[in-house]
Amino acid sequence: MMRIPLARLVNTQTIALVGVLLLNWILFPGFFKIEWQDGRLFGSLIDVLNRGAPVAILAIGMTAVIATKGVDLSVGAVMAMAGAVAATLVVGGYPGWVAVAGALTVGLLCGLWNGALVALLDIQPIIATLVLMVAGRGIAQLITEGSIVTFSDPTLVFIGTGSFLGLPMPVVIALALMILVTLAVRKTAIGLFIEAVGVNRSAATLAGIRSRLLLIAVYAVSGLCAAIAGIIVAGDIRGADANNAGLWLELDAILAAVIGGTSLLGGRFSIVMSVVGALIIQAMNTGILVSGYPPEFNLVVKAGMITLILMIQSPFAGRLLTWFGRNRRKGA
Amino acid sequence: MSILKKLALAAGLATALSSAAMAADGMTVGFSQIGSESGWRAAETSVTKSQAESRGINLKFADAQQKQENQIKAIRGFIAQGVDAILVAPVVATGWEDVLNEAKEANIPVVLLDRGIDGPEDLYLTSVASDQVKEGRVAGQWLVDTVKDKDCKVVELQGTVGSTPAINRKKGFEEAIAGSKNITIIRSQTGDFTRSKGKEVMEGFLKAENGGKGICALYAHNDDMAVGAIQAIKDAGLKPGSDILVVSIDGVPDIFTAIAAGEANATVELTPNMAGPAFDALAAYKKDGTVPPKFIITESKLYTAADDPKGEYERRKGLGY
Repeated sequence: MMRIPLARLVNTQTIALVGVLLLNWILFPGFFKIEWQDGRLFGSLIDVLNRGAPVAILAIGMTAVIATKGVDLSVGAVMAMAGAVAATLVVGGYPGWVAVAGALTVGLLCGLWNGALVALLDIQPIIATLVLMVAGRGIAQLITEGSIVTFSDPTLVFIGTGSFLGLPMPVVIALALMILVTLAVRKTAIGLFIEAVGVNRSAATLAGIRSRLLLIAVYAVSGLCAAIAGIIVAGDIRGADANNAGLWLELDAILAAVIGGTSLLGGRFSIVMSVVGALIIQAMNTGILVSGYPPEFNLVVKAGMITLILMIQSPFAGRLLTWFGRNRRKGA
Repeated sequence: MSILKKLALAAGLATALSSAAMAADGMTVGFSQIGSESGWRAAETSVTKSQAESRGINLKFADAQQKQENQIKAIRGFIAQGVDAILVAPVVATGWEDVLNEAKEANIPVVLLDRGIDGPEDLYLTSVASDQVKEGRVAGQWLVDTVKDKDCKVVELQGTVGSTPAINRKKGFEEAIAGSKNITIIRSQTGDFTRSKGKEVMEGFLKAENGGKGICALYAHNDDMAVGAIQAIKDAGLKPGSDILVVSIDGVPDIFTAIAAGEANATVELTPNMAGPAFDALAAYKKDGTVPPKFIITESKLYTAADDPKGEYERRKGLGY
C-alpha cells in the first residue's frame, strides 16, 4: 500500500507544478539558483516551499474534511486566533512552549466545535464553519485589542523563521505533517472510513463506521492544522496581526485540495497531491513577484493559470486527449 | 435642570482655564467612527476621545462596525439628541445626502474626518484629512535629499491595488523623484498593506535583484509593510537602514523602534489627531460664526533618527495602534 510507484507521481498535478516552475524560470533566469547562506538554503525555490507551507498545512486538514463531503471555512480565522493567543501569552510572560500549547489547544477546540456542529447537530458544513469564520476573526481582534501584538520569543520566532538541516522550519513542519497524516490515513483504515463517509454517510454508518466520531476527529485535525499554520505565520513576522493573518487563506486551501484532485463531493482524496496543489499556487505567487510585472496583473494572471490547470484536469480534456490519441493511431 | 446646567458650566469654566479652546467648552459632539479595522483607526478613536476630554467637550461615540447603515443610524440618533456638532469618518463616499440634509435642517454642523464624500459641499462645515499625495511627496523628497546625486535604484511596496492611498502615495513619490534622473523605481509590487505580504514581496525583490545588491532604497506605502520587509532584508544578510535605505508612511509605534535601532530611516506621519483641528474649527464657528476652509489638511511630518524615535515610540504605544 505504501509503495509509491514512480508512474503515479507523473500526473496532471506534478506536470502543472513543473510547468509553472519552468515558466518562472523563463521569466526569471535565476529562479532555480539556490545558495547556502548563514547556515540555510536561500533562493526562490526555497521561497516557494517556505511561503507555500502555511497553505500546504491548511490543505492537509482541508483535504480530509472535503473528503468527508464537508468544507472548513474557518481555518483562516482559526489561524488568526491561534497567532493572537500565542503572541498574547508570550507577551504576558509565559514561555514559548506554553504559547504553542495554548495556540494548539485553541485550534483543537475550534475544530471540535465545528465537528460538533456538523456531526451532532447535522448542520451543513459550509454554514457550520462559516460561524467561526466570521466570529473567529472578531475573537482574535478582541484578544489582540485590534493592534499587532509583537514579540521576540525565540521559540515562536524559530517556528516561523528558523531552519533545520538548511530547510526553513515551516517546510520541515509541513513535510512532517504531510508524512504523518498520509501514514495515518493510508496505513490504517481511517482513509477508507473517510472516503466511505464522504461517499455515503448513511451507508457508512449502517456498515458500522462511527461516522459522528470520525467527522469530529476530521474537523479537529483541520483546526489543529490551522493553529500550526497560525503559529508559523505569526512567528514569521514576529507579531500577531488579527486583521490580516490567514485572511482568505481558506479559499487557497480549498483550491489546493481541488487542484490536488480531491472531489468536493467527497470520497476520493490525496494528501500529497493537495500539498502539491498548494505549491502550485505559491509557485505562481512567487513567479509573479520575481517576474516584475505590475501588480495590476497579479490576480488576472493567477486566475488565468488556475483556469488552465483545472481545464487540463477536467474530464473533457481527458476525453479530448484519448480522442486525439485514437485519431493519430488511425492516421498512422 | 438649571443646577445641572450651572454645574456643567462650572466644569466647563474649570477646564477652560487650562485649555485654549474656550468656545468648545461644554459642547456636546457626536462622533460616528467607522470601526476599528486598523491600528491607526483605533489610535484615531483614542486620540479623539482624549482631545475632547482636554477641551471639556462631551463626546458621544458610536462605532459603526464598518457599516454605513449603522453610521446613518448613529447620526440620526445624534440629531434626535440635539448635539451641538457631529463628526463623521465616512466608511464609503456615497449615500450621505439624506442624513446630512437632516442634520443641516436641524442646524447641526457636520465635520468629516479622514475621508471625503461624493456630494454637495454645503452638506458639511468642513473636512479634516491628510493629503496622501503630499505624504508620498515628503517621502520622495527625503530620498532625493538623502542620496543627493548618487545613483539609487528603488523598490516600491505598494498598498492594496486600486486603493486610494496606494494610488496617491505612489503618485506623490513619483512626483518628488521626477526631477532626479539618478533615482529610478526598478520594481513595484503590492504588499496589501500587511506585514507578512511586505516580507514575502521583499523576499521576491531581493532574489530578483541579485540578492539585493543592486537595491539602494525601499519605499513602502505603509509602515507595516516596511517592518515586514526589514526582516526579509535581514534574512538576506543585508543591513536595512544602511545597505538598503527604508522610508515609509504612517508613523506607527513599531517603525519608531526600527528607526531607533537604525533599521529604518524615515517615516511620514499620518496623524491620528484629525479631531483636534475639527474641534478648533467647530469652536471658532460656534463662537463667532467663523466659517473654516472646506478642506483642512493635516500636517505630513517627516520623522528620522534625529527626531527622538524612542520618545515617539513611548508617546504612541498607548494609543491603541
